[in-house]
Amino acid sequence: MHTLTEDQAAIVDAVRSFATSALAPNAIEWDQTKHFPVDVLRDAGELGLGGIYVREDVGGSGLSRSDAVLIFEELAKGDTTIAAYISIHNMVVWMIDTFGTDEQRERWVPGLASMDELSSYCLTEPGAGSDAAAITTSAVRDGDEFVLNGVKQFISGAGASAIYIVMARTGAAGPKGISAIVVPAGTPGLSFGPNERKMGWNAQPTRQVVLDRVRVPVGNLLGEEGDGFTIAMKGLNGGRLNVAACSLGGAQWALDQSIAYLRQRRAFGQPLAAQQSLVFAIADMETELQAARALLRVAAQSLDDGDADAVALCAMAKRFTTDVAFTVANSALQLHGGYGYLADYGIEKVVRDLRVHQILEGSNEIMRLIVGRSLLEDSP
Amino acid sequence: MKIMVLVKQVPDTWGERTLDLTTGWVDRAATDRVIDEIGERALEVALSRRDANKGTEVVVVTMGPAECTAALRKALSMGADSAIHVLDDALAGADLGRTARAIAAAVSGTGFDLIVAGNESTDGRGGVLPAMVAELLRLPHLGSLDSVELTDSTVGGLRSTEHGTATVHAALPAIVSITESLPEARFPSFKGILTAKKKPISQLSLADLGSTFAQTPGTVIRQATAKPPRTAGTITVDSGTAAAELAEFLIAARLVPSPPTR
Ligand SMILES: Cc1cc2nc3c(=O)[nH]c(=O)nc-3n(C[C@H](O)[C@H](O)[C@H](O)COP(=O)(O)OP(=O)(O)OC[C@H]3O[C@@H](n4cnc5c(N)ncnc54)[C@H](O)[C@@H]3O)c2cc1C
Repeated sequence: MHTLTEDQAAIVDAVRSFATSALAPNAIEWDQTKHFPVDVLRDAGELGLGGIYVREDVGGSGLSRSDAVLIFEELAKGDTTIAAYISIHNMVVWMIDTFGTDEQRERWVPGLASMDELSSYCLTEPGAGSDAAAITTSAVRDGDEFVLNGVKQFISGAGASAIYIVMARTGAAGPKGISAIVVPAGTPGLSFGPNERKMGWNAQPTRQVVLDRVRVPVGNLLGEEGDGFTIAMKGLNGGRLNVAACSLGGAQWALDQSIAYLRQRRAFGQPLAAQQSLVFAIADMETELQAARALLRVAAQSLDDGDADAVALCAMAKRFTTDVAFTVANSALQLHGGYGYLADYGIEKVVRDLRVHQILEGSNEIMRLIVGRSLLEDSP
Repeated sequence: MKIMVLVKQVPDTWGERTLDLTTGWVDRAATDRVIDEIGERALEVALSRRDANKGTEVVVVTMGPAECTAALRKALSMGADSAIHVLDDALAGADLGRTARAIAAAVSGTGFDLIVAGNESTDGRGGVLPAMVAELLRLPHLGSLDSVELTDSTVGGLRSTEHGTATVHAALPAIVSITESLPEARFPSFKGILTAKKKPISQLSLADLGSTFAQTPGTVIRQATAKPPRTAGTITVDSGTAAAELAEFLIAARLVPSPPTR
């Protein structure tokens, strides 16, 4: 059993009390009404959830990736969708904290770390998803400004966010021609598509971000021109750990519900828990989640330590955990019978929410590509 | 300004709360133990004053067994600067009078300007402790405030009464107790949690409080009995007169006023 340090246990405790009091009682309602609870996100910011692994001088919590996966697992037990949005937000805040100048950090990070302001990560385009290096949104230098044109697809938080990190082409084709540029809400020419109607993740908006001759100062460039793809991919390493942790928490919650349900629900004159095949089912669910948790914690540690294989480990943990967790959540639905299919029990929501974790932050096929390639490159 | 906040560790309000029938005391092991929510709100009053006024010092004070350290750590992680823990086995089962004397002794001489407490705890529900502490310290007491106005030299607020509201105020130092109308407490931040460990908790035994506390409590619980189990209620089967029967039942139980006699 992986034991937590005293500090980690105290942090997880605090997240649990936030998740059980501020998220869990509202999760079904927010999902059903497609409500994005920005006020509750501000409370999350008070806790320190807005910049978990961001430096303290700009309002971050200064914690590690290993701490973050514990935090997201616990948070997701309250609401997988909100936990996942907070994960994306953390990715953006970390990118500014890590690749921004001191001036940029001081300008943007404090408001984001407190979650008074929210943020979005804008990489995917209608014509470029998995093949992210093929994006066509352009940023052309004009004096002291960049002029951005293009469309970003599937952007989480769009419309509600104050800060958009836009990956745009400033140079030649391919990954080396991409730059990461901060576009604040309200910049003329920046607009949003309608909130997409989708299977899950209903408590956070997903919209197109449309950039029509959007002008921002060159001072909004993160890092150097051409660094954008690397910055975006580095952000995703942590994003993958966190979205995996969100899957783990959601599935663990669904398993916990199932265990209670098997004890209480009676059929054929006895509790369901007396059916050996169902006992085996929960045994497998638990085993697979523990395996995922172990891999996830190893991957987080490797990112903390800056190991050479951290990228591959993050990809493995993301692929494995999001797959296993979806299967567990789906099994939990089955164990609940017809009630699992009703919104009131919360299980079907977790199934719908976890489904997309196999697709975004790099699809699970792309995760296999990363892992497989790293094996072939490393071997002689 | 130095503000003392009285907090109490209580059995989780949402759990099953039981009495230990041999001692007559609350069974602390039966449920999770938490800081009484009203105490957290009292702490919030002090912390929000400090947010707006640098140099405000917030000290949380509790009396209770060793496990109460967890409640104090939580208060420290929410932002209190230090804590005082009155801890002595001889105080187990202390009645309100004895508790008030212990707390009064613990805070006297600390140079505080204000004591903030909740109006009543969710376990004992005595509702008189702040007034007793005020009496012992010979300080003004503003009880059950729905709002708190604090200046450098005065404290005041609104109190709801059966007939309206009273606006009350007093010169500092003073004691106030607050109701649930005051805002919920903030969540402890990660930074707060990590720094709480380094903040001081001073433990005071009976001996530290002075000789007057050697005396025995004014009241002792001699016997406790469990609440009798609920019995089944009356079931009215409608055979055409159920409405009249129901009305009679409610009137007999004085749950509705009896009809005027014609
Ligand atoms: C709800 C939601 C929120 C999102 N939020 C954001 C966001 O905030 N910011 C952002 O930038 N993006 C976001 N995305 C976009 C997401 O990252 C992409 O959907 C994802 O990267 C896949 O891209 P695609 O949808 O274009 O699929 P495609 O790239 O067209 O892929 C289609 C299928 O083919 C597979 N495939 C593609 N290439 C290969 C290959 N070489 N080998 C094997 N299989 C392959 C894929 O795995 C997938 O199964 C979000 C998506 C959703 C659904």
